[in-house]
Amino acid sequence: MAPSTSPAADLAPAPGGAPAPAPGPVATTPRARRDGDVVGLGRARAVAFVAPALVLVGVFLVFPAAWTLYLGLLDYSLTGSGAQAPVFVGLGNYTSALSDPAFAKSLYLTLLFVGGSAVLGQNVLGFSLAWYFRAAQRPVRATLSVLVLLAWILPGSVVAFLWQALLDRRNGTLNALIGTTDMAWALDHPMAVIIVFNIWRGTAFSMLLYTAALSTVPRSHLEVARMAGATRWQQLRDVVLPTVKRHILTNTLLITLWTFNDFSPYLLTGGGPNRESEVLPVYIYKEAIIGGHLGYGSAISLLLLLANLVIAVVYVRLLRTREPEAA
Amino acid sequence: MRLPSRATLLVSGLATSVVLSGCVGAKSAEDKSDPKANADAKDVTLVISANDVVGGKNAAEASWITEKVIPGFVKAQKDKGVTAKVTFNGSGVEDEQYKTKLELNLKTGSGSDVFAADGIWLGELASAGYVKPLKDVVGDKPASWDGWSQISKAVQQNLTFKDQLYGVPNGTDGRVLYFNKKLFAQAGLPESWQPTSWDEILQAGQALKKLKGVTPIQINAGVPMGEATTAQGFLPLLAGTGKPLYDDGSGSWQGDTQGVKDVLGFYQKLYGGGLGDPRMQQDKAGRDQSFAEFSQGKIGILAEGDYFWRSVICPSKADCATTSMPDRDKVVGWAKIPAQKPKGGVNGQDFVSVSGGSGWMLNPKTKYPQQAWELMEFMASKEMQTELSKAQIRISARGDVNNETLKNDPLLSFISSEVLPLTTYRPSDEKYNEVSLAIQQATADVVAGKSPDEAAKTYSTSLEKAVGAEHVAGS
Amino acid sequence: MSTVAGQRRSGTGSGTVSGSRSGTGSGPGRGLGAGALRLVAGRSVMYAVVCLLVVFFALPLLWLVLTPFSPTPSYKASLSGFTLANFEDLLANPQTWPSIRNSLVLSVGSSLLVIVLAALAAYALSRVRIPGRDQLLYALLLLSSIVTGTAAMVPIFLMLFQLGLIDRQFGVVLVLSGGLLPAAVFMLKDFVDSIPRSYEESARVFGASPSQILRHVVLPVIRPGMATVGVWALVQVWGNFLVPYVLLSDPSKQPAAVVMYTFYDAGGQPNFALISTFALVYSVPVVVLYLFVNRRYGFAFQGGIKG
Repeated sequence: MAPSTSPAADLAPAPGGAPAPAPGPVATTPRARRDGDVVGLGRARAVAFVAPALVLVGVFLVFPAAWTLYLGLLDYSLTGSGAQAPVFVGLGNYTSALSDPAFAKSLYLTLLFVGGSAVLGQNVLGFSLAWYFRAAQRPVRATLSVLVLLAWILPGSVVAFLWQALLDRRNGTLNALIGTTDMAWALDHPMAVIIVFNIWRGTAFSMLLYTAALSTVPRSHLEVARMAGATRWQQLRDVVLPTVKRHILTNTLLITLWTFNDFSPYLLTGGGPNRESEVLPVYIYKEAIIGGHLGYGSAISLLLLLANLVIAVVYVRLLRTREPEAA
Repeated sequence: MRLPSRATLLVSGLATSVVLSGCVGAKSAEDKSDPKANADAKDVTLVISANDVVGGKNAAEASWITEKVIPGFVKAQKDKGVTAKVTFNGSGVEDEQYKTKLELNLKTGSGSDVFAADGIWLGELASAGYVKPLKDVVGDKPASWDGWSQISKAVQQNLTFKDQLYGVPNGTDGRVLYFNKKLFAQAGLPESWQPTSWDEILQAGQALKKLKGVTPIQINAGVPMGEATTAQGFLPLLAGTGKPLYDDGSGSWQGDTQGVKDVLGFYQKLYGGGLGDPRMQQDKAGRDQSFAEFSQGKIGILAEGDYFWRSVICPSKADCATTSMPDRDKVVGWAKIPAQKPKGGVNGQDFVSVSGGSGWMLNPKTKYPQQAWELMEFMASKEMQTELSKAQIRISARGDVNNETLKNDPLLSFISSEVLPLTTYRPSDEKYNEVSLAIQQATADVVAGKSPDEAAKTYSTSLEKAVGAEHVAGS
Repeated sequence: MSTVAGQRRSGTGSGTVSGSRSGTGSGPGRGLGAGALRLVAGRSVMYAVVCLLVVFFALPLLWLVLTPFSPTPSYKASLSGFTLANFEDLLANPQTWPSIRNSLVLSVGSSLLVIVLAALAAYALSRVRIPGRDQLLYALLLLSSIVTGTAAMVPIFLMLFQLGLIDRQFGVVLVLSGGLLPAAVFMLKDFVDSIPRSYEESARVFGASPSQILRHVVLPVIRPGMATVGVWALVQVWGNFLVPYVLLSDPSKQPAAVVMYTFYDAGGQPNFALISTFALVYSVPVVVLYLFVNRRYGFAFQGGIKG
C-alpha cells in the first residue's frame, strides 16, 4: 500500500555491471543487515527518536482528524439549531453526497484537475527543471528557480489579482499580448485555466524535491555509465531514474494528495461558470462554510481521503510491477 | 519496539473523539446568565471586537473605537469611580471568516464582551444559543434606554428575533437605481428619471441599447456576486411583486410562485435580451467590473446600495482610487426602485427597497453584563454616532444624527428620508442564508440561459431541501 | 574533483565539450561534425524552451512588478507613471512590520520543529524495523489532508481552547507542525533510505560512535532533503491564513498572511496600492531565506556522495 521502503532495494544497481566505487565492502552480522540498524541505534533510542514526532502528530493531527470524521456522521453545523443539538445521521451525509449529481461531477473535475496539473504538469515540469538545473549556468538557474519559487510563495489573495490581470476580459495582459479582444478565458475555458494555473502555482515543490533527490545520485555511477558509452538519455534511464524512483513515487503521492485538497482554483473561477470548475475542495467550501453544513463537509473529506487511498494503491502497484523487490 | 498499528490508532482516536463529542453539542444555552453579576465591580475589563482594523478594512470605524469610544467610556467610568480597561480586537477579513471565528468563540463561551454582527446573522446565532435577548443578559435596563426613540421600528427590526431585541443597531442602508445622466441625455432620456414599473426600466434599457459600447442595465445576479445578488437584485424585485420572501405569520418561504417566476422572467429579459451583460454576472470579479465600467460611463443603469455612492464612485481619488468619479455629483442620478406595476409592491407600495445593517451584540457569557451594556449605550449615543458619521459618511441608525450629518449629501439624505420609510428588511430566520444561496443559483441559471420556469423549479427543490417542504409556499 | 568539474561543464552552454564526452560519448557511428551540429540544434531548442518557461512563469508576475510603483493601481498590469508613495503608505501602516515579524516567528519556529522531529523520526523509521510503518505513515499523511481542511477548524479550536493555547503563537506552531510532520517524515525517509548501508557499516567498523555516524555520515547526505523540507514547511506556514486567524485573537500577534486580507474596504473593494506593495515586501523574506538555505545547505550539486 505504501511505497517500497525495503532497504536492500535502495542500492541503485550500477550500470553495465560495474561495481559502485563505494567504500570497500565491510562484513556485517546478518542480524544487523536484516534489521538495518547498522549504526547500532538500539530500540530504546529509536523509540526516543520517533516519539516526539508521534506525540505531536497524535495530539494535533490524529485527534482532530478523527473528531472531524466523527462530525461527518452528524447533521452538524456551527450555527443555527444544528449547532445546539446535532442529530446523529449515521451514513446519511454519505448517501446524500453519493446521490448528488453535483458531487459526481465535482469528483470527475477533480480527477481531471489532479491528473492534468499535478501528476502530469507539475511532476514532469518539476523533474525537467531539476534535471536541466544540474548543468545550467548559474544566472539562468537562479532566475528561473526564483521565478518558479515566487509563483509558489505569493499569498493566495495576491495570486488572484495576478491572474485577474493576466486573464481579464477588457484589460488582460494575455489578450493584449496575443491580440484577442473581449476573450474571457476563465469563463470559456475554466478547467484549462485552473490546470495551467496550478502548474504555474505548484511546480516549485516538485522542482525542489527533485533537485534534492538528483543531488543524492552518486556521481561515480554517472561517471561509470559515461565511460561505458551511455548517452545522456541512457544515463537518465538506467542510472538516475532507478535511484530517484522512490522520490518520484513520494512526490507524485504528495502532490496528488495536495492537489486533491487544493482550494486555490476558487480564487480564479469561484468554481464557475455554473459549477464547470467546481473541484471537490471548492464544493466542500461551498457546502461546509458558505452553506453551513459542516457535517456534510466532513463526510466529503473522508470520501476525498478514500479516493486518494485508491490512487495511492494504484501508484504503488504500478511501481512494483516495474521493478521486483530485490532480496 | 512496536508502535500502535494504524487500526488501533484510528480506533482509539475515534473512541476519544466520541467521548469528547459531548463538547460538540454542548448546550451553552443551559446555564443561565446573571444580569447582576459584578454590577458593583470597581475594576472592569471589557473587550470589543469588530471586523475592522486600524490601517486596513473599515479603518474609520476602527479608529473611532480606539480613539473616541474607548477613551470616552473609560473617562465616564472613572467619573463614577470605576477603573475600566477596554481593549479592541479588530479583524479585517471576509465576513464569512469573521463570522466563523466569532461563532467558535461564542461556542466556547470565550471571546469579546461586545461584538459587531450583521443583522442577517442574528437568526443563526440566536438559534444556536450563542446570543441571548438583551433582557436576559442585562435585565430591565435596556428597555428603558432613551436612545430607542431615535431608532425607527424598522431599523430595530434588524436586530430583533422572535420579538426580542438582541442588540443595538449601528447603521443601516438602502438600495436605489443609479443611472448615468450623460448617457441618458444621449439616448434621449430625461435627466430626472423615475420609472414607475419594470416595463419602464426595460424601455429605458432599449433606448440605451442604441448607444455604442454601453451596457444598458446591470442588476446583480448569479453566484459569484454572493449576497449582493439577493439583497441588491432579487429581493428588491420580489418586494415589487407584492409579497415578501418570507411570511412571518405562516412561517413559509416563497417557492416557485408567480412572483418568483416574474422576477426570474425580468432577469431573462435583461440578460437574454441583450440589455445586460451576462458574462459580468458569471465572472468571479464581476461586481468589481461593474463598478469600474459604471465609473467609466459604460453602464447606463446599475442597482446598488448607498455603499456604492460613498465608497466606490466618490469624487476623491484618494478614497475611491480608480473607480472614483470626480464629476459624480453632476453625472450620476438615482431613482427609487419601482414595483412591477404601480401599487404592486409590498403593502401596495409604488416603490420598494431592501435594507440591511449591522449592530452591536452582547456576549451572554460576559463577566460584566451591566458595564458591557453601558458601553453599548455609549457607542450608540448621539455624541458617539455623530463622531462616527463624521469620520465616515454613512446612514446612522439614529434619526437625530442623520438629520445633522447627512445634510450635505444629497443621495444619503434622499435614502434616509425617501427610501427608508418604504424599505424592507431581510428575514432574520436561521435558514435565510441557505435560501439566499438557492436564490443566487436560480438567477445564475437564468443568466446562463435556462428558462425562468425551469430555474424556479430547481430553486423550489433546493428550498424544500433547506427548510422542509411544509415551509414552502408554491404557486 | 576534476571529474566533477568536467561533468558539470558537459551540459552547459559554455561551449566547451569535455574530451571524455566527445571521445566516447557520441559513439562510433557519428563523426565529430554531426555530433556538434546535433549539439547546436539541441541547444537551440533547449534555449527556446527555457525562454518560454521564463515567460510562462514571469508573465503573471508582471502585475506585481508594476503595480506597487503605479500612481493609479488597478486590476490592469500597467504602469501609468512612477511613484514610491505606495511604499510610504505601507511604511506608515501600523500593521506592516509587526506582522512580518510574527510571520517569521511562526514559520521559522514551525519549520525548525518540523525539520528536527521529522529527521529523527525518519532516521529511526528507516533503520529500525517496525511492522506496518509504511501503512502508518501513509495513514497519517492522509489524515493530514483532513486537518488542513476548513471542516477541521471546529475540533482544533475546541481542543486548543481546552489546552489553554488559544491566542498563543506557540499553539499555532504546534497545530501547523502537526499537520506538516507526516509529509515531512515521508519525504525525509526517502533520503535516509537512499544512504547505502555500507557507509554506516564501514564507519562503525572504524570505531565511530552512533552519534558520530549520524553527524558525519548520515547528516551530510540527507541535508538537501532537510533543506527541501525546511523551505517547504516555511512556505506552508508563511502562506497559511485560516489557522493563525482563528486561533489568535490579539491582532498584534497576527502574521502577514492575515494582514494581507485586511487591505479591503467594507464592501470588499481591494486597496491595490497597499496589497501590491505589501505582497512585494511579503515575498522578500521567503526568497531571501530560500537563497540562503540554497547556498548554505542546499540544493547545489556538491557531488552527492563522494566516491
